[in-house]
Amino acid sequence: MVPTKHTLVALVEDKPGVLNRMVSLFRRRGFNIASIAVGSSELSGFSRVTFVVDGPLAMVEQVRKQLGKVVDVVKVSDITEENIVIRELALVKVKATSATRSEIIQIVDVFRSDIVDVAQDSLTIEVTGAEQKIESLLDLLRTFGIKEIVRTGCIAMTRGGAGTANGSTKGRDNEQTP
Amino acid sequence: MKLTGAQILCESLLKEGVDVIFGFPGGAVLPLYDTLPQYPALRHILVRHEQGAAHAADGYARVTGKVGVCLATSGPGASNLVTGIANAHLDSVPIVAITGQVARPFIGKDAFQEVDITGITLPITKHNYLVLEVESLPRVIKEAFYLARTGRPGPVLIDIPRDVFLEQTEFHYPQKVEIPGYKPTLQGHPAQIKKAADVINNARKPVIISGRGVLISGAFAELKQLAEMAQIPVITTLLGISSFPESHILSYGMMGMHGMAYANMAVDACDLLIAIGMRFDDRATSKVSGFAPNARIVHIDIDPAEIGKNVRVDVPIVGDVKRVLVALNKLIPPAEHIDWIHQVDEWRRQHPLVVPRTSKKVLPQYVVHKLYELTKGEAIIVTGVGQNQMWAAQHYWYDKPNSFISSGGLGTMGYGLPAAMGAKVGCPDRIVWCIDGDGSFQMTLHELATIHQDQIAVKIAVINNGFLGMVRQWQQLFYGKRYVATPLTCPDFVKLADAYCVPALRVEKKEEVAPAIQQAMKHDGPFLIDFVVEPEENVYPFVAPGTALSQIIEEPRKEVTAWSQQSTP
Ligand SMILES: Cc1ncc(C[n+]2csc(CCOP(=O)(O)OP(=O)(O)O)c2C)c(N)n1
Repeated sequence: MVPTKHTLVALVEDKPGVLNRMVSLFRRRGFNIASIAVGSSELSGFSRVTFVVDGPLAMVEQVRKQLGKVVDVVKVSDITEENIVIRELALVKVKATSATRSEIIQIVDVFRSDIVDVAQDSLTIEVTGAEQKIESLLDLLRTFGIKEIVRTGCIAMTRGGAGTANGSTKGRDNEQTP
Repeated sequence: MKLTGAQILCESLLKEGVDVIFGFPGGAVLPLYDTLPQYPALRHILVRHEQGAAHAADGYARVTGKVGVCLATSGPGASNLVTGIANAHLDSVPIVAITGQVARPFIGKDAFQEVDITGITLPITKHNYLVLEVESLPRVIKEAFYLARTGRPGPVLIDIPRDVFLEQTEFHYPQKVEIPGYKPTLQGHPAQIKKAADVINNARKPVIISGRGVLISGAFAELKQLAEMAQIPVITTLLGISSFPESHILSYGMMGMHGMAYANMAVDACDLLIAIGMRFDDRATSKVSGFAPNARIVHIDIDPAEIGKNVRVDVPIVGDVKRVLVALNKLIPPAEHIDWIHQVDEWRRQHPLVVPRTSKKVLPQYVVHKLYELTKGEAIIVTGVGQNQMWAAQHYWYDKPNSFISSGGLGTMGYGLPAAMGAKVGCPDRIVWCIDGDGSFQMTLHELATIHQDQIAVKIAVINNGFLGMVRQWQQLFYGKRYVATPLTCPDFVKLADAYCVPALRVEKKEEVAPAIQQAMKHDGPFLIDFVVEPEENVYPFVAPGTALSQIIEEPRKEVTAWSQQSTP
């Protein structure tokens, strides 16, 4: 099956409004963002943004090209098909009683995640991983009652020596850069 | 020596070759206006509404190929520009809009006349800037002009707080621009160009669709060479009109909703469609699933995002149209498509652009045709929106590049007069006629004051049908003839023009049409003619929205008048 979720990574200039320019484009053109994560990059004055976009390939191509047209966006790549590391961080506050606490801790161990806060009636768990891992953990924790979830959205990077989204743009239409 | 922000702006505009600014003053830009007299080389034309300033800059840019400049104060001045900026955005017109902003300490405080104009124009500009320190002003202006005119052109807005105009700093104008995220692809990919040449050389029924990109890129000669070399019929989009001489034997006019029947038939039947500098707008393609069903498509455009956006493309080439065509033409040997040309000619014979009947009343098509004859096809025609626009597109034949100026993408009523004003300022030696609708004209007619004050010799032909005609036509055809909110009670346009000191005539009879046009052209200065025309005339051919291009509704009354037959190019 063709994956409908695509991971796009963009290198952008750190300018006021750059996020607004990108996000407004999604809204205006009716593209679906599953998640977006932004942070500084190895280059001063530049940030790197990871978008997870949901939709058919043609739409994702449009997203990539339209993002590429934003003047403050230096480079956009769809890295879905590449060998990549994808990670997301989630904090989960789950109900815990003296009866369930140890069972929860076991699950947390299996998922190699951490308990970052313990309260009378709850545990807060920090988990990092690919989306699937987080979803599986959440599924297991749901039986105990989840009080709150906060997720960062995915960040992604290609494996190996080549940089992500500062080399060539992966395009199908012969364009070099937008 | 230190200069103020206002002086820096003026110096920078001069460096960019600006000779005219269309603007309207107000509090936030007063320091700039106070500085303008120090720069007599910057001609300021005072419009009567900021929308007119943006359209004038747009008209100026389209005819000159240079960047048009408009200027407005903060708040309502800036927001009044919005329609004009959106218009330029959709038609890829290079303009730089300069707006005043409230002083920096007041930004974000809902201060008097504060609007977030960079926020508002974010989706309708190619890029925009809020200048927060005077030191960055030269760089921003340099970048703005560069962005506006290069790549796929478009509007760029620069928002400048009042106190930045007053602040002083050393003035250094940058030599180069450094925008890491902006490197338009100009050269087409050789492998793609080779592929395109192969499909062109193997096509039996090729068609070229030429869009505004050909005009922007200045590829008039290259397009002609391609068409002639490979003997390919050339059809244009609305905005592609005048990118290929319409009197040329290979010209088959405009396609689309009100395109020539034979042009649409050729697009429908072709086996290869070479789309050049156009973006498959829905008014051109009609129902996409029924568009050019048998054709492979070669698409040449500078904007990669246009490739595959609306229609599937077999051979995409991203690049500047002119450069791509220069490279492509080298790979195209002479070819003949006699049978195909005969076929399209046959369609043209069977489905000519007709004018239905001889009428006592003035027919709008006749007015346009007379304008063509009496200006010898050499005028720049600027249109309103609606039926008048379509008749101007259909019944005048455009041979010179950039001689048809019209609001295509946005379809902005009120575009005509201010854009004509800008066109005349840009090309003072050309005859500029504004063919306008009575509805469209009333949206911006206050610019009559501007053309009088600055003696901008625009000639105005109001096609006065007493209706919002194009909407009335849809009501007639699709809403059971229920004319809701489309009949117009118009003012006396002759008296009105008179009040603005613009000489004017009313024409109600066919035989008065030509003399009136001649009188208008003899007059040295602006002139208006109120053509009272057949009120319920419709525009044909017509492809109803949502149907395929092949489903052409033609003029039901086929009583062809002599002039329309003989003048079919
Ligand atoms: C600003 C704006 N408002 C509304 C429309 C919708 N519209 C398209 S054509 C038209 C009628 C135009 O009437 P007129 O200017 O008299 O020209 P005609 O069609 O009669 O030649 C209208 C209302 C528009 N295009 N632009």
